[in-house]
Amino acid sequence: MGMTMIEKILAAHTEYDELKPGQIVNAEVDIVLGNDITTPVAIEEFNKIGVETVFDKDRVVIVPDHFAPSKDIQAAEQVKMLREFARKHELTNFFEIGQMGIEHVLLPEKGLALPGEIIVGADSHTCTYGALGALGTGVGSTDMAAAMATGKAWFKVPPTIKFVYTGELQPWVSGKDLILYTIGKIGVDGALYKAMEFTGEAISNLSMDGRMTMSNMAIEAGGKAGLIEADDKTVEYLKGRAVRDYNIYQSDEDAEYEEVIEIDVSQIEPQVAFPSLPDNTRGVSEAGEVKIHQSVIGSCTNGRIEDLRAAAKILEFNKIHPDVRCLIFPGTQDIYKQAVNEGLVEIFIEAGAAFSTPTCGPCLGGHMGILAEGERAISTTNRNFVGRMGSPKSEVYLSSPAVAAASAVKGYIAAPEEVIK
Amino acid sequence: MKLKGKVFKYGDNVDTDVIIPARYLTSSSPEVLAAHCMEDIDADFAEKVEAGDIIVGGKNFGSGSSREHAPLAIKYAGVACVVAESFARIFYRNSINIGLPILECPEAVEATEAGDTLEVDIDQGIVKNLRTGESYQAEAFPPFMQEIIKDGGLIEHIKKVGV
Ligand code: SF4
Repeated sequence: MGMTMIEKILAAHTEYDELKPGQIVNAEVDIVLGNDITTPVAIEEFNKIGVETVFDKDRVVIVPDHFAPSKDIQAAEQVKMLREFARKHELTNFFEIGQMGIEHVLLPEKGLALPGEIIVGADSHTCTYGALGALGTGVGSTDMAAAMATGKAWFKVPPTIKFVYTGELQPWVSGKDLILYTIGKIGVDGALYKAMEFTGEAISNLSMDGRMTMSNMAIEAGGKAGLIEADDKTVEYLKGRAVRDYNIYQSDEDAEYEEVIEIDVSQIEPQVAFPSLPDNTRGVSEAGEVKIHQSVIGSCTNGRIEDLRAAAKILEFNKIHPDVRCLIFPGTQDIYKQAVNEGLVEIFIEAGAAFSTPTCGPCLGGHMGILAEGERAISTTNRNFVGRMGSPKSEVYLSSPAVAAASAVKGYIAAPEEVIK
Repeated sequence: MKLKGKVFKYGDNVDTDVIIPARYLTSSSPEVLAAHCMEDIDADFAEKVEAGDIIVGGKNFGSGSSREHAPLAIKYAGVACVVAESFARIFYRNSINIGLPILECPEAVEATEAGDTLEVDIDQGIVKNLRTGESYQAEAFPPFMQEIIKDGGLIEHIKKVGV
């Protein structure tokens, strides 16, 4: 019997040649990741273990991004703790303000997450690296501490659901719309404890940015990973970035899947997830007139250059609606620079949007755009839970950058065609 | 280990953002986390909860963010155990890693109402509802996880078996 990608990646990191769903293994990990929320707790746990130092100073990556640049004294104390830990253990990959970005945009860009690798991150959206053919998966702070000390983590081998996306995308339909549609179809626990594998011609045709958006939201369906086979595009993307050699694993023809779900993408229009779960989706044409107060474009889901380009296309020669605050966050410093060089930032500022240094900021209700009671936001982020962006009595609607930008112009949730004929 | 406590019951998809909102995550102190536990789903939970109480949830309990602050907040609030139909995977492993007892038992969840008293035998995985007198068998943990639980969490386990 053949094996799926995730079974092969896990096996390659253990003493086994073959693995089956349900088996529990202790696997070597390639990268251990943490941020400014989860790492402080991990450092405390790490210190209890009583080892001298981390398993490999090149493979522990720490990114202050959630409340960074520090929003208050407590946040500053947390980042200080990270910085001191990084210095003490001589970590190569601690990203200071000025070099940092949102972790899941930053690691692929720096070539730190590679095909065939296992990346455990104390952040649930570590599944983003599935887009590179890696097993990236979210863990907690104690797991992070244990992995920093031992270079290993325990895993239960998950069954895999295969998604086959056929057909051609309609105009303005992006990776974000495909994943929102998919989550709407299977539900927020539709892939609970399972791996998702995204395949088919529509995935091959997607850019790396679009693929990362899809893998990023595997967790919103409960998934352990959202894998896409590395192909020529992946190899091209990694040229000049990859910090190590890597191996590409493909699922065997006769691999055993728990389920195969086919989706004809030509039938999908831009999607919107209504409050307060990411599976509460519908096509933008069925949104009705939903007035908004804020539009957020950015995050580890949609803060890449292609996302900013899509927003700029809509905002060029248009103005943000007077009742709306439009906040745009590039994922990393490199993307920031690129947006400046391509003239996108000028378009944003001309339109009346605010453009920021990279941060998670409003995505988790941290800072830089918190919602008051009764306010509504459309956002390119990944979660619309109660209170996610501020007051428990505010609302978040999820969409692609094109829809978020169009809505910012109109003042209500709008399709891109309503702005650009 | 046997526990007995009063039930706080919630529905499906209780996410980690409502268990402990991000606005409190500039701290990991037990007092702060306990004081704001469940705040966005049940505003005065922290005042009502008593040591030894039990949270009962529906499907996909603990979904969303990987913040270990969520099971920690529940533990620091004095909750003895969480019984749910199913748990989100990161919450599940975090709970085991920090030594918060959790059980998956859909039948018990269905038959439990807020305010009931449950008696939970963690080792045997048996949940008994003292109002109805009915008992339910939860799914047992695989041996590897039982070992972590027995050692008192992942860190203690690693200290025992070595790095
Ligand atoms: S952008 Fe949002 S979802 Fe992504 S890592 Fe930051 S807080 Fe988490």
